[in-house]
Amino acid sequence: MGSLTERYKDNVLFTTSDNIINWSRKSSLWPETFGIACCAIEMIAAGCARYDLDRFGVVFRPSPRQSDVMIIAGTVTKKMAPIIRRLYDQMPEPRYVIAMGTCAISGGVYNTYSVVQGSDLFVPVDVHVAGCPPRPDALLHGMVLLQEKIIASRHSNPQLKEQEQDSPQSPLAKQPPFSKENV
Amino acid sequence: MNMAGPFPLQNIIENFNGQVCVDANVTDMPCVVVYPKDLLALCLFLRDDNAFQFNFMADICGVDFYPDLPRYQLVYHLYSISLGWRLRIKCPLDDPPKAPTITPIWTTANWHEREAYDMFGIVFEDHPDLRRIYMWQDFEGWPMRKDFPLRGYKDKYNPFGEEKPTINNGPVGDIL
Repeated sequence: MGSLTERYKDNVLFTTSDNIINWSRKSSLWPETFGIACCAIEMIAAGCARYDLDRFGVVFRPSPRQSDVMIIAGTVTKKMAPIIRRLYDQMPEPRYVIAMGTCAISGGVYNTYSVVQGSDLFVPVDVHVAGCPPRPDALLHGMVLLQEKIIASRHSNPQLKEQEQDSPQSPLAKQPPFSKENV
Repeated sequence: MNMAGPFPLQNIIENFNGQVCVDANVTDMPCVVVYPKDLLALCLFLRDDNAFQFNFMADICGVDFYPDLPRYQLVYHLYSISLGWRLRIKCPLDDPPKAPTITPIWTTANWHEREAYDMFGIVFEDHPDLRRIYMWQDFEGWPMRKDFPLRGYKDKYNPFGEEKPTINNGPVGDIL
């Protein structure tokens, strides 16, 4: 640290507000500790020492109130969907969703009476990570894609702002947060 | 474990003269067929008789033979931990299917019977807590019945499902 401390002592860095906001957001993406099916095993592997999501600033949090990302890791049944929607509603904005695995993306092989045919039917999904299940590297890649998406977002541009999830214009914002009709 | 000679299947037949018969098509374990009215007596006998000691109720399955008659069947699997014997009991049911609960005999039957009720709509009379166990309480229909569409009925989470018939217009299954 010695040489660095000397080098950057009493310096001023110039940046845009977009840059500093996006940089801080993308550097501490905290996902919910929340797995539904077998994809969760790969998610856990991605968080452990070998793949080490921590080095991206991705640290699993036990509460939706402290989380920025929801990784939907597994098959979403119709019974589970309102609960996931409620967890999503409890997260503070800005919030992001990664649909991990074929089941979370499209229902997968479970084209049946009990399984939701894709998580984007009840939450806005930012990144789809394909695979059955995806390897931990794929989830890492999904995280990097999400970071790139965050870096590219502009807060001053009203057009881009409109596309941001859960703006009043979004059809999902009009949806009641949790009700029997959601089932 | 003490396996005392061949399975005394004849004991069951003699004790339930004419009410229980052997299913000879089954080769993997002894199998008897009984109607719901004699089910409780048979189960009590099998649990308490010293020659059997079936102290473990391993599984209850529902079966739908649609369009054959009788349409429904319950299949019970018993195991005797002390003697190492297995026994299968088949119980044909009418439509609408009803059976006596065996929860007072083996407490573990509680959830098995709730599962059979949830999937097939088989009503277990005098069951202490007959609710759905897998599906949510508002779910309509009995998903493992053969006339229930595999992909279910269309709703906002399932755009590939079939159009939902009205109660009088199709096989939705009676709702309690």
